[in-house]
Amino acid sequence: MDGLRFVAAIAGSIASAALLTVTGPVELARADEAFAVEIAPGIYGHAGSIAMMDAANEGDIANLGFVVGEKGVAVIDTGGSVAVGKRLLAAIRSVTKKPILFVINTHVHPDHIFGNAAFEGTGAQFVGHRNLPRALESHGAFYLKAFRNIIGDELMKDVRLVGPTLLVQDVSKVDLGGREIELRAWPPAHTDCDLTVYDPATRTLFAGDTVFLRHIPIIDGSVKGWLANIGALADIPAVRVVPGHGPLVAPWPAALAEERGYFERLIGDVRAAIAKGDSLAQAADEAGQSEKDKWRLFGDYNARNATAAFAEYEWDQP
Amino acid sequence: MGNKLKTWLSVGALGGLAFCALVSNASAQSAQPDDPWPELARTFFQDRPIVSDPAIVSLEAPGRAEDAALVPMTLSVELPPGGARRVVRLSLIIDENPVPLVAVFKLGEKAGVTSISTRVRVNSYTNVHLVAELDDGSLHMTTRYVKAAGGCSAPMVKSPDEADATLGQMKFRRLPDGVDGRREALVMLRHPNNSGMQMDQISHLYTPARYIDRLAVYQGDDLVFSMEGGISISEDPNFRFSYAPNGAKTFRVEASDSNGVHFSGAWPADRDGA
Repeated sequence: MDGLRFVAAIAGSIASAALLTVTGPVELARADEAFAVEIAPGIYGHAGSIAMMDAANEGDIANLGFVVGEKGVAVIDTGGSVAVGKRLLAAIRSVTKKPILFVINTHVHPDHIFGNAAFEGTGAQFVGHRNLPRALESHGAFYLKAFRNIIGDELMKDVRLVGPTLLVQDVSKVDLGGREIELRAWPPAHTDCDLTVYDPATRTLFAGDTVFLRHIPIIDGSVKGWLANIGALADIPAVRVVPGHGPLVAPWPAALAEERGYFERLIGDVRAAIAKGDSLAQAADEAGQSEKDKWRLFGDYNARNATAAFAEYEWDQP
Repeated sequence: MGNKLKTWLSVGALGGLAFCALVSNASAQSAQPDDPWPELARTFFQDRPIVSDPAIVSLEAPGRAEDAALVPMTLSVELPPGGARRVVRLSLIIDENPVPLVAVFKLGEKAGVTSISTRVRVNSYTNVHLVAELDDGSLHMTTRYVKAAGGCSAPMVKSPDEADATLGQMKFRRLPDGVDGRREALVMLRHPNNSGMQMDQISHLYTPARYIDRLAVYQGDDLVFSMEGGISISEDPNFRFSYAPNGAKTFRVEASDSNGVHFSGAWPADRDGA
């Protein structure tokens, strides 16, 4: 997600943060059991809110998960704050005492990585796309600074950027003990460091933000690349997907239809705007508007997506 | 950029006019104690009075940028018809940017340029000033406030390899006539316009600044406009402008960057070309 969009989400959140501190312990105890649900044998997921990050939701806006093998556990994304990461860890511990072997980050955005510090000291190896380290270097400091205003100092004080020690160049298989999961690094789409995780045993795909449902897709990489990846994504023989945002589980590959439709509409509108001689500002206002009612947070992100698409396509026009 | 500042200052000194008009630093946001504008105004315009004049000069910019590294802005001027005065120069200043002077556009005498649109980098929440200088030496300005962050340090969209492969490619497009019936055209140039504040993806060091410092558009032999610019212009500089056709058959663009590399292109005036 664009750093600016996070900055834009300031909304009287400091007051809410103070309230949360008072009621915190009670909420945490209740949250453990309900935090993650089993969606397939040994596969657990947590649904984040469909919202912008703020102090009230503690940055809990992304779908997270974990996979349990005979030897240990792989965690997929850690949430938008250490508070959320700790709740995820507690949820794992309520299911199994096996060691956390891997913490896999599907990409660099704060709502997926700010909880990483909760998993330091578990002995887990942190895993990411080969481009994740440089994404953290070029964007990390900016995220840390920007989010102090958005989710507040109280939540941000524990956040540390914990980068991957294991990089996925293309495709890697990781053995959790009688259960091998497949990690795949994608060419630029949502970001330039998108990773998906596939469990062949249950045919469950953790798509990270390569798949959005209900929540408007966010282009922070390449819309051309994303559309190009969709064919290969659809070929993954999963029966169910955990998208990065939206309902926790959806059928596969049907879950791709919505965002494919959005990209095709957005790109079509942008290319028509370019051909007509419309300016970038005009296209940002108008492209993709027919999709408005299909997506939550449309007003927050569509103009940004249209801007990105315009810049990608304006040199194509002969 | 330092040398260029001196050039602008000395040229500006020629205009020194005892113009007893309103001097106003009115901006979209009221001046804070740390408001950089008074100092910037002194640096670029010495103590010449600057009139806040939305009747003559206007600036279109988003209140909140969608992409801080690609913020569209439209600079427009409108003088009362039949008057003797004309706009000589447009200076765009993003107050809080590391290099606040974005560009100075010199308008061709007979070119009839009434608007120029481009994309800029905005590094933090800021006032943006557009100052028009008329041929009588008077200065007229307008201001907008833009919310954006990190535009100057945002990584290049293209990979360095792509940037090298496409460097200097140009496009020219005739556009449909503008709202006021004026002819409009578009000039695009592929250039990373590195700010010097972007981290290189491979080395993790900062990519050295390399930017288009001069670009000029001609209709036949007549100057349409020229731009002296810096790192606040976005990657792949892009200029959309209105103009009065002079019957010339060819549009020409000459540009150079801070590494001393020259780029040029020419196209038939009535057709698109790449």
